[in-house]
Amino acid sequence: MNPTLPVGADYVRILPEIVLSIFGMAIMVLDPLVDEKKSQQLLGGLGLIGTLAGLVSTWIMAQSPGFAFWNMVQVDGFSVFFHVLVIAIALVLILTSYEYMAVQQLRAGEYYGLILFGLVGMCLMSSAVELVLIFISLEISSISTYILAGFRRRSATSSESSLKYFLLGSFATAFFLYGVAMMFGATGSTNIDAISAALNSGKVPLLAYVAMALMFVGLGFKVAAAPFHIWTPDVYEGAPAPVVGFMSTAPKAAAFAVLLRIIFEANAPGRFWLIWLSAVLSMTLGNVAALVQDNVKRLLAYSSIAHAGYILVAFAAKPELGAPAVMFYTAAYAAMNVGAFAVVSHLANENERYVTLENYAGLGRSSPILAGTLTIFLISLIGIPITGGFFAKFYVFSAALQSNLVWLTIIGVINSAIGAYYYLKIIVVMYMREAREEVPVLPIPLALRAALALTLAATVYLGVVPGRMLTFVQQSAQQLLQAEHTSAREQVGNAAVPRATQ
Amino acid sequence: MLHLVLFLVFGAICVAGAINLLVQSHPISSALSLVVVMASLAVEYLLLGAEFVAAVQVIVYAGAVMVLFVFVIMLLNAGVEERTKGSRVALILGIPGVLAGGLLVAWVLIERTGTATVGLGALPGFPKTIGNLLFHDFLLPFEVTSVLVLIAIMGAVVLASRPEPKNPEKES
Repeated sequence: MNPTLPVGADYVRILPEIVLSIFGMAIMVLDPLVDEKKSQQLLGGLGLIGTLAGLVSTWIMAQSPGFAFWNMVQVDGFSVFFHVLVIAIALVLILTSYEYMAVQQLRAGEYYGLILFGLVGMCLMSSAVELVLIFISLEISSISTYILAGFRRRSATSSESSLKYFLLGSFATAFFLYGVAMMFGATGSTNIDAISAALNSGKVPLLAYVAMALMFVGLGFKVAAAPFHIWTPDVYEGAPAPVVGFMSTAPKAAAFAVLLRIIFEANAPGRFWLIWLSAVLSMTLGNVAALVQDNVKRLLAYSSIAHAGYILVAFAAKPELGAPAVMFYTAAYAAMNVGAFAVVSHLANENERYVTLENYAGLGRSSPILAGTLTIFLISLIGIPITGGFFAKFYVFSAALQSNLVWLTIIGVINSAIGAYYYLKIIVVMYMREAREEVPVLPIPLALRAALALTLAATVYLGVVPGRMLTFVQQSAQQLLQAEHTSAREQVGNAAVPRATQ
Repeated sequence: MLHLVLFLVFGAICVAGAINLLVQSHPISSALSLVVVMASLAVEYLLLGAEFVAAVQVIVYAGAVMVLFVFVIMLLNAGVEERTKGSRVALILGIPGVLAGGLLVAWVLIERTGTATVGLGALPGFPKTIGNLLFHDFLLPFEVTSVLVLIAIMGAVVLASRPEPKNPEKES
């Protein structure tokens, strides 16, 4: 019989979520108490400490892998990887926001609180093995990003962005929920392990295909995969620039974690053509539409659709090859995209005035540091060697090739070539074109320097010595794929599971 | 037999209410049709043997939530909504798309399970079972929901509070 109350190990396995919620609430409570001038530094600092504490508690959590709260949450290498990833993204976001919020004259309190609460949802998404919990944490992560998108209260585009994101996002969530209900109807459970057992035990019910398709619609929206990508450019254009860097990586990474669990661990039926089609559409539509953009934020929005397409390519591959490729890609993409948006948000200046491609002309001369770092991020986004983007693409396409997906790989490579054009266009504009109007470049504050250094280091690290990261993602993907075999044993008395070796 | 007849009748009422909700142009009429939808859904739940869910449906949705809806609509003094033409694409692709999707799902459901009715109390829908599930097996989702609600409240505070224009001359 299961114990009636959760025991200590249960709490350790959701420790990062608990710590982040506590810091989120502390920020919320302190917000009205502190002076508005100091609130930026104080609450931002508290947020920063919160994310650091989150990283430490993730490390503590990683020491006791297993199930918690009656098979709701599973701590394994896979969930630890995504915990670290999303918390690190938030850390860089807070470092970037420090200056941005001051320049834009936005209220600080709720902003940092919402980031931390959003993180709770994203972390839970990566460790949840129960569709009900996945749904609730998906909502936490989505709703906090809807609100963050509308934070530039004085700008109409920001409100538009928030509203569009909210309406379409709720619609997509409804699809996901309907899919969950159907999956329950098909297999009699909402637990991913139980679903996997039911689907692998002979005839797959027709209902499971419908359920899978509906859940894919919901998650496809969250990762901005075509044909569910229509919202992306408008939302990214209006939302505050650092938030765009955040929401194009962290909630996406969490949604990809959920997709990995549903598609690979539960061995979802009928996924192949669904994913194939969505991958091809995302890559092609994203890259082609990005060619004609002259707003940098819109351009990067279309580029993020294209990158979602590349990641989906790995989902079509064999599980043991695809899963590590997806994990590596999300990490590399997070490093370079968050970095690129850190530069964009610094240059944007008050009211985000300077975000068109033309404003970047002459940046190579006026601010060599910013132009240089942005160039490295763009090179990584293209996928040129010595950057993380190269190995990310390499692993994805080699996984696809080894799974005999020749056409998908060819389409992917052609798309990478198209993509190179618009990234290079930004570099060319920065270095080779004279500025037509004077664009003031503010001095780079310490926090932003730290943010840029971190993302740059991560991008180059993944591009020069990807070995350690690769072994780690391969191991944790292995754990993910073998999860259904272990869970049956642990279901007996999961709360009292002894410390398994990692 | 009576079950099936009642189920079909209330199902029809529910769908009719939902269509009326969309067709009505005054917000109050739409809100009141939503009450019809919620109430007939409660009867459907009851017929499926889920008496607790049915009671909650009446108390929470048909009761509390709808009262809030109606209050807000009346406080905002919302008038008749403007009719827009709507997009052609939505008309040409959307309606057949919805019909096709609905038929597909209906076909799958009928194909797989057949139609059957459930007697009152045949399924474990007692409050005790639900309480056990909610506060034991699903304790974590239940608790995490509080974070969700907290975020929603924060969002309302952030988005509904008056923006403070610090530099009025720069506002555009």
